[in-house]
Amino acid sequence: MPSIRTPLRTFGAATAVLLLASACSGAGGGGGGENSVNVLMVNNPQMQDLQKLTADNFTKDTGIKVNFTVLPENDVRDKISQDFSSQAGQYDVATISNYETPMYAKNGWLAPMDDFVSKDSGFDQADILEPIKQSLTAADGKVYAQPFYGESSFLMYRKDIFEAKGVTLPEKPTWQQVAEAAAKVATPEVRGICLRGQPGWGQVMAPLTTVVNTFGGTWFTKDWQAQVNAPEFKEATKFYVDLVRNHGEAGAPQAGFAECLNNMTQGKVAMWYDATVAAGLLEAADSPIKGKLGFTQAPVVKTDSSGWLYTWAFGIQKASKKQDNAWKFISWASGKGYEELVGKNLGWSKLPDGKRSSTYQRAEYKQSSGSFSAMAEAAIKGAKPLNPGVQERPAPGIQFVGIPEFTDLGTQVSQQISSAIAGATSVDDALNNGQGLAEKVAAKYKGQ
Amino acid sequence: MNSQWIKHSWGVLAWFCGILFFLPVAWMFLTSLHSESDAATNPPSLAAPLTLDGYTEFFDSGAWPPLINSFSASIGSTIIVLLLAIPAAYALSIKPVEKWTDVLFFFLSTKMMPVVAALLPIYLIAQFAGMLDNISFLTLLYCSMNLPIAVWLMRSFLSEVPKEILEAASIDGAGLITILRRVVAPIAMPGIAATALICFIFSWNELLFARVLTGVVAGTAPVYLTGFVTSQGLFLAKVCAAAVVVSLPVLIAGFAAQDKLVQGLSLGAVK
Repeated sequence: MPSIRTPLRTFGAATAVLLLASACSGAGGGGGGENSVNVLMVNNPQMQDLQKLTADNFTKDTGIKVNFTVLPENDVRDKISQDFSSQAGQYDVATISNYETPMYAKNGWLAPMDDFVSKDSGFDQADILEPIKQSLTAADGKVYAQPFYGESSFLMYRKDIFEAKGVTLPEKPTWQQVAEAAAKVATPEVRGICLRGQPGWGQVMAPLTTVVNTFGGTWFTKDWQAQVNAPEFKEATKFYVDLVRNHGEAGAPQAGFAECLNNMTQGKVAMWYDATVAAGLLEAADSPIKGKLGFTQAPVVKTDSSGWLYTWAFGIQKASKKQDNAWKFISWASGKGYEELVGKNLGWSKLPDGKRSSTYQRAEYKQSSGSFSAMAEAAIKGAKPLNPGVQERPAPGIQFVGIPEFTDLGTQVSQQISSAIAGATSVDDALNNGQGLAEKVAAKYKGQ
Repeated sequence: MNSQWIKHSWGVLAWFCGILFFLPVAWMFLTSLHSESDAATNPPSLAAPLTLDGYTEFFDSGAWPPLINSFSASIGSTIIVLLLAIPAAYALSIKPVEKWTDVLFFFLSTKMMPVVAALLPIYLIAQFAGMLDNISFLTLLYCSMNLPIAVWLMRSFLSEVPKEILEAASIDGAGLITILRRVVAPIAMPGIAATALICFIFSWNELLFARVLTGVVAGTAPVYLTGFVTSQGLFLAKVCAAAVVVSLPVLIAGFAAQDKLVQGLSLGAVK
């Protein structure tokens, strides 16, 4: 018969551990201490750097403890909308993008920052790049978020491969020129171009929508007519899908930013059209293709520019009881001083760039990012978040439509597109289905 | 000869299945010892140099509070569940109360609603009661989630205690407490161990409630684990290292309770 003593001892030990654990973890409560600020962030490399530098600099200087919670992009969006929509106030600051900022501001979930900015002489608001500032300003004209880093999109290509094949690209190519170049440089080992094919409004739909814009298409007209199966949208999508199917990366229907980054780094593709932040990763010191890259503006057809605009920015929850601390943190993290700190401690290529004019004047930054910094700055400055295509838009946004329904709509349509890239469905069918979904969304807004 | 052959092929099949199930775990462990760039290569480079960077980064980035929260919620809820489930199971098996089948069905019915359907009301209750981001609230939820399972399990284990032994003990003059301590407990101990382990595993692995209801201070290990995933940059080695560490307590508990567990789970079969 088994002895009762051992389990009893285990039971006792377990209880002791529990009591100790509860004592250590200071069970519950929320708030995170008096002189502190709770920050919810997306887990991107720039935010990881921020986490590393905060305690020894910001906390040391101000005495304000920063409690970070970091989550992957989709999870962080869920968590932020959950906490902000209920105004639960668990988090004082959260990373929101230019997609959410105008909507959250309209819903009254964010604290306006104009007063903080005007009282904070150390914070140079005028230095923020205009399109970025514009995209973080709500319909009431107030600024509701300060950028941490910004990006546009451009074309990255392997200079060495292009030279070997005798192919050149102009500084601002057309999509047709890019398709021709892809055909010329493609070999069985090295594919012509990497374009996202993974479903998701922020995956395949981001580059594709910029292509649609420059082909003259749009999701909705100014008076909320859905245009997803209109000729221009169709032409752009067919072009994109054909280009990926003919000269795109292997496994394109599952390829997102990370997969394309891997493909490019490992020399499996000759071009990549994606976010400007990718350039920093490709030109990093440990990258096997460092120094072999050329850059052009986002390819165009009917518009002057077609690069997207995206920024991760800090917003303050309206229900936050520590708004002053929250601003101090934002002012530090979004300020010029922080860029200097990153440059000196972690390297100038790691700067959270794409938000300030002054960044592009820094000699050290130019030296480390010289190959792409001017092109990236021009791409961001050329972005038109309010008027990205050939026709007026009902809501702000270049690679998205600034309405809450777009995450669902974009993701559902993207699944169809992804399936077209995989060859399981035709572009016509995909977009006709998408039109039905878009019409349902448009019906909500018509007549408003 | 023929039966020998069948026996051997069963053995081979069992080994094959065993290896098949173990492979992902082995791959996770191996990847956790690679550098980020080696972990991301396709096809995987098995012979890449080994490093402990993933583990160092996991512990350096503040892994202890979520691990302690997880221990706290899992062990706390398991103890409370056992303290409630054992008497309940006793009253449903050894000395069955009236309409005990209805009671059992009631316990089961509490598991019928999908957890996600209760998520929003629970979130609002927690917000209203000021219990958001509170590990005690999570412990309470885990108790309520695991209690029905524990009652059912314990009832089936306690039903295996032969009535004759209990009668013999009471004829010998043993009181209720003595019977519980000296007769019931030793027989039911493998069952209690199995139940405790299952409750511990369920609580330890729970992600949905933990993700929605916790925030700055009460985040548990599974929530912390998901935080290593990033859409820009490489993370596979770090996530694998974190997953290895987070799986360890369950593995250790499983190995420690292995004997009891086998006895407990086969209790019905051998009698």
